[in-house]
Amino acid sequence: MPWRLLRFALSSKHPEPRMFTRHDTLKPTYDVVIIGAGGHGLAAAYYLARDHGITNICVLEKGYLGGGNTGRNTTIIRSNYLTPEGVKFYDESVRLWQDLSQDFDLNLFYSNRGHFTLAHTDAAMRTSRWRAEVNKHYGIESEVVGPEFVKKTAPMIDLACGGAPILGGLYHAPGAVARHDTVAWGYGRGADLRGVEIHQRTEVTGIDVVGGKVVGVQTSKGRIATTKVLCAVAGSTPRILKMIDVRSPLYIHPLQAMVSEPIKPWLDTILVSGSLHIYISQSSRGELVMGASLDPYEVQSTRSTLDFPEGLAAHMLDMFPFLSNVKVMRQWAGMADMTPDFAPIMGKTPVEGFYLDAGWGTWGFKATPVCGKTMSWTVANDRNHELITGFTLDRFRDYALTGEKGAASVGH
Amino acid sequence: MRLPPSATTAGEWINRDQPLRFRFEGRDYAGCSGDTIASALAANGVKVLGRSFKYHRPRGLMSVANHDVNAVMQWGGTPNVRADAMPLVAGMDLTAVNTFGGGVDQDNARILGWLSRILPVGFYYKAFHTKSLFPLWEKVFRMATGLGKVDFSTPRLRTPKRYGFCDVLVVGAGLSGLSAALAAAEQGAAVVIVDENARLGGSTHGVSAGASELVALVAAHPKIRISADTYAAGYYTDHWVPLVERDRMTKMRAQAVVVATGGYEQPAVFRNNDLPGIMLASGAQRLIRRWSVRPAQRIVLLAANADAYLAAEDFLAAGIEIAAVIDLREDVPETQKSALAGRHIPVHAGDCILEAIPSANGKGVVGVRTQSGTIACDGVFVSVGWAPTAPLLYQAGTKMRYDDAVHQFVPEQLPAGVFACGRVNGIHTARALDGARAGSAAAAHCGFGVDQAITVPPETAHPTHPWPIVAHPQGKNFLDFDEDLQLADLENAIQEGFDNIELMKRYSTVGMGPSQGKHSNMNALRVLARCTASTPGEVGTTTARPFFHPVPMSHLAGRGFSPERRTPLHARHVAAGAVWMSAGVWQRPEYYAIAGQSRAQCIEGEVLAVRYGIGLIDVGTLGKLEIRGPQAAEFLERVYISKYAGLKVGMTRYAVMCDESGVVIDDGVVARLAADHFYFTTTTSSAALIYRELSRWNTIWKLDCGIVNLTGAMAAMNLAGPQAKAILVSLTDVDLSLPYLAVREGKVCGVPARLMRVGFVGEWGVEIHVPAEHGAAVWDALMAAGKSHGIRPFGVEAQRLLRLEKGHIIIGQDTDGLTTPGEAALDWAVKLDKHFFVGQRSLQAIARKPRHQQLVGFMLAAGYAGEAPKECHLVIEGGEIAGRVTSIAWSPALSRHIGLAYVRSDMTSVDRPFEIRLSNGSLVAARVAKTPFYDPENLRQKESS
Repeated sequence: MPWRLLRFALSSKHPEPRMFTRHDTLKPTYDVVIIGAGGHGLAAAYYLARDHGITNICVLEKGYLGGGNTGRNTTIIRSNYLTPEGVKFYDESVRLWQDLSQDFDLNLFYSNRGHFTLAHTDAAMRTSRWRAEVNKHYGIESEVVGPEFVKKTAPMIDLACGGAPILGGLYHAPGAVARHDTVAWGYGRGADLRGVEIHQRTEVTGIDVVGGKVVGVQTSKGRIATTKVLCAVAGSTPRILKMIDVRSPLYIHPLQAMVSEPIKPWLDTILVSGSLHIYISQSSRGELVMGASLDPYEVQSTRSTLDFPEGLAAHMLDMFPFLSNVKVMRQWAGMADMTPDFAPIMGKTPVEGFYLDAGWGTWGFKATPVCGKTMSWTVANDRNHELITGFTLDRFRDYALTGEKGAASVGH
Repeated sequence: MRLPPSATTAGEWINRDQPLRFRFEGRDYAGCSGDTIASALAANGVKVLGRSFKYHRPRGLMSVANHDVNAVMQWGGTPNVRADAMPLVAGMDLTAVNTFGGGVDQDNARILGWLSRILPVGFYYKAFHTKSLFPLWEKVFRMATGLGKVDFSTPRLRTPKRYGFCDVLVVGAGLSGLSAALAAAEQGAAVVIVDENARLGGSTHGVSAGASELVALVAAHPKIRISADTYAAGYYTDHWVPLVERDRMTKMRAQAVVVATGGYEQPAVFRNNDLPGIMLASGAQRLIRRWSVRPAQRIVLLAANADAYLAAEDFLAAGIEIAAVIDLREDVPETQKSALAGRHIPVHAGDCILEAIPSANGKGVVGVRTQSGTIACDGVFVSVGWAPTAPLLYQAGTKMRYDDAVHQFVPEQLPAGVFACGRVNGIHTARALDGARAGSAAAAHCGFGVDQAITVPPETAHPTHPWPIVAHPQGKNFLDFDEDLQLADLENAIQEGFDNIELMKRYSTVGMGPSQGKHSNMNALRVLARCTASTPGEVGTTTARPFFHPVPMSHLAGRGFSPERRTPLHARHVAAGAVWMSAGVWQRPEYYAIAGQSRAQCIEGEVLAVRYGIGLIDVGTLGKLEIRGPQAAEFLERVYISKYAGLKVGMTRYAVMCDESGVVIDDGVVARLAADHFYFTTTTSSAALIYRELSRWNTIWKLDCGIVNLTGAMAAMNLAGPQAKAILVSLTDVDLSLPYLAVREGKVCGVPARLMRVGFVGEWGVEIHVPAEHGAAVWDALMAAGKSHGIRPFGVEAQRLLRLEKGHIIIGQDTDGLTTPGEAALDWAVKLDKHFFVGQRSLQAIARKPRHQQLVGFMLAAGYAGEAPKECHLVIEGGEIAGRVTSIAWSPALSRHIGLAYVRSDMTSVDRPFEIRLSNGSLVAARVAKTPFYDPENLRQKESS
């Protein structure tokens, strides 16, 4: 048992301070205002304070800390992308992830499990090879594997898969999961310790732009003067962009997920099947965390539908028939801000001082650290970080898309 | 102990004449038909049913209402069986879950209870993250976590599903629900009433006079359908409610839903409140009334409402001695106490239980310590308040408010068509009247009768105590029994800054266990409200998501239909030895196996048959659409990148479709049958999608034309090869001197057919489309006629090679999610000078930019004998990625490897050498080659003499 836990036995009071200071009022001016206290916003605040010496920051959050997609995703971390831009970017993210628990002195349960993208068709096998070759080119561990390797790693799998046999797939050894909420708490605490103010239940109602430059932010707690605003609000991005009259090609689709009751761990790896449109891992609580593709329509809501668990369970039983008696405990939904090319939108915008971190669709959690790093650099230097130049908003105007559709975890 | 038959047991749910034998933790027991696992064990005097999740403390029954997570069991291969709700089955062999050595009696992991001081809330976030050690710690955590075990040999269960429809769905058959159902049915509505219990009556157990009458009336009513042992697992948009029975799920669409789900009785928080023998009064009542089980001999009743004193009557009737009533209230109404009149039972008003005293082995309770002294007992029954069973209401979008009079959340604003009554509505006394009100209103909402607008007097009882919580310096005062959370855990989480309800839940995990907070959320938010000097109303609740109770995967999955489409020629392929491959929802022959030949030999044989004799392939999986109308040509002009307005009647043209960003998404052939009539094909995999997309455009544009999807209605086959014409000529009335790319309507084998002269595989060929029902006959006739010419059916693999020799692309293989027509060497098809087409604006912009890559043909060196590259191997130039292979194959006609690849735009000149990297890292030399590789002048396919 780690000795550091002994302090709890030696103290009559719970010897832990608040992780997040409570701020009742806003200051009139901040150097940087960050909209959205999810993982991305808090990570940017953390690195701005830690690496760039900018601490007069406030993070505004309409709801509560980490309550958006940071706390709704299925916690998968990987870098097996398809474009050079994507691969380099996510590779840097995985590197940051690996040290994050130590950085924060907070256990994120960052757990390296290995990640399979199973292929049931020769087309899927081709895509697997493409991703493997691009990944290897940039030094990332990905390999095309056959069904025997899949069976060896997950012997309980039914390779016949209810009529869509598994032909093999892409194996990505660095694939990992982490406890999602903790990421927001770690960045939040780290930012708070360095003087960043986090204001929960504070809604942005307007952004003041004069002469093409940001000059202030209107909130439910009053107006703030600032020259730099970073927007990291996922599904609410179109609403914020409307305030500054900037257009984006974002469209919002619900993305749903579900968990089973806790059962004794039997699945150590992370499995994704593009053909069955499912992904699954087992959490450290023993719950099976399961997801599927985006809902096929645009809705700005986190409501659940019944056909989601119906379809997902049917496909899950194709792969793991023995889960028939396992019960689904809870389902939920998040709002995914999708882009046409399945790559994010990051960096500067037509409005000076307004920085965007959006378009994270179904793949934002894994990018949390590198987004914080690159967006903080971009805000501090008023110049797009080199790792995000493939992700700027103007690529849509310029027809310079960064095609990551083939690397989306399941066919969206 | 089982009560002997008496007036008290008159309404029991068990059949004493049908004993059932079963095992628990290796010991044999007997129960009765009608028992649950828990009631049978309780009847046998078994008190410890499981171990708690974190500290492995012995636990027994608490609610007997399907949220006793400490009494979940392993039944063979089935994990997490809820003993308090699962009917007993003869021969069951049950064990407690998550114990470590010595079973539920011993459980060596109980040592964790002694370590609880150093395992505060969130302890696992605060340590164990030394990088080198975490993997080891993780193994320990994963060993400790989880409840039951899955059995990998469990077969896939195929549980049926069905759809249901009704006017009014009533969820919950207690007093309020029964009254609601009756009222709605009386007004003429078709009513379905469901209840998760095996019998109707709810907390009355159907035994009180009024209740049994109601049950009888409901059971006899022709407009009411009853489904007991059925729970409503969730509420979804438009009154869509999954009803889960033991062996079936019904998806009910109602016009109105009455939520009469009652309340969860809530535990009190005091030290050792988790000992076996301490339970909710309503749970004890259920054991007594339903299963004739006396759960204790001598109890202390912890009370704070009238329900406690009503329950006391049941306890006394069951022969239980009530040592004392500890009432949290200072002033206990005399009317409530009167139930105990003449019994000499002391009532300690304004007192509380400070702690329960465990027995020597810790597996039971021997007494309680109150403010006024110690009382010996072997059970503590708790009746201090209720929380509304409101998950369905929350899921429906109900706005709830905290009512300070009843100290619970009540609906403030219900969505249209959703009604609430009884305890969930904050009405604890006039439940039947409230039910009638809701039932009448619900029926009226559906158009049946007139809303009686019954007025229900406001609740005057105070059924819920606002603070049934006692702090204790030594803790073990549990607030969440799933997650083993003590009062201090929540206070500490709040101290650490997790001071709103959502953050507190996530950090402490309160309410995240399998019971989803049914017994813990209310007390948790009271603690939060007190610690943050706010009110429960201000604190609010967390979002209640489906499911109400967990639902087995088999119920959700249903029978598991995987749609598979077959062409009309399927049986012919089977007979010919087809080896299948899936193409979207279709099954297609990859090739036809011949005994004694390898896959490669079979495919080569098919290829050679097409090149030098005749081949026949089923192309019926292609999307086959027809468009008619004065503006049909205009429509095709808009959706395809080429021009079709000028296409002559009787001719076909290759057609490429882009999306709005100018990316190639589909291709096919457009045939003009008349000025206002076109027949056209799409790729196999995109057929459904393209039809949907075209229908969408047609709806938006409102052109004067209509599209019909004939994919399933038509059979199609491609007859190709130098001798193909010779055999077809005797089977058709169409003049086969028709030019390349012509289309004709006529007869083949006496059946109406459309013939299209095509060249996809590079030989004289004709696609024959006939109505699906005639497909097999035409196929047979062609095969018979070709027999003397050595005709062979050929599969997808042979076709892939044949088309590759011609340099034709396959959309999706030689293109990806960003490929423009230009990159795919389809520049010639793009007509930017058209008025408009989907993707035109994007292609115009793209045309002004430098092109980065280009699809080219390539060949490996003649005589190359090493490992051949595969599709998606990368083109490497100067150590950098410069493209990728999209198609590659050994060409028998050319005796070398040929392929298609994307290369950088500066690498496209013919004969330009480049290198392809294999998976093992080695490089293979290739050269850009002109396409078509085979018959570059296309003379063979155009031949028309």
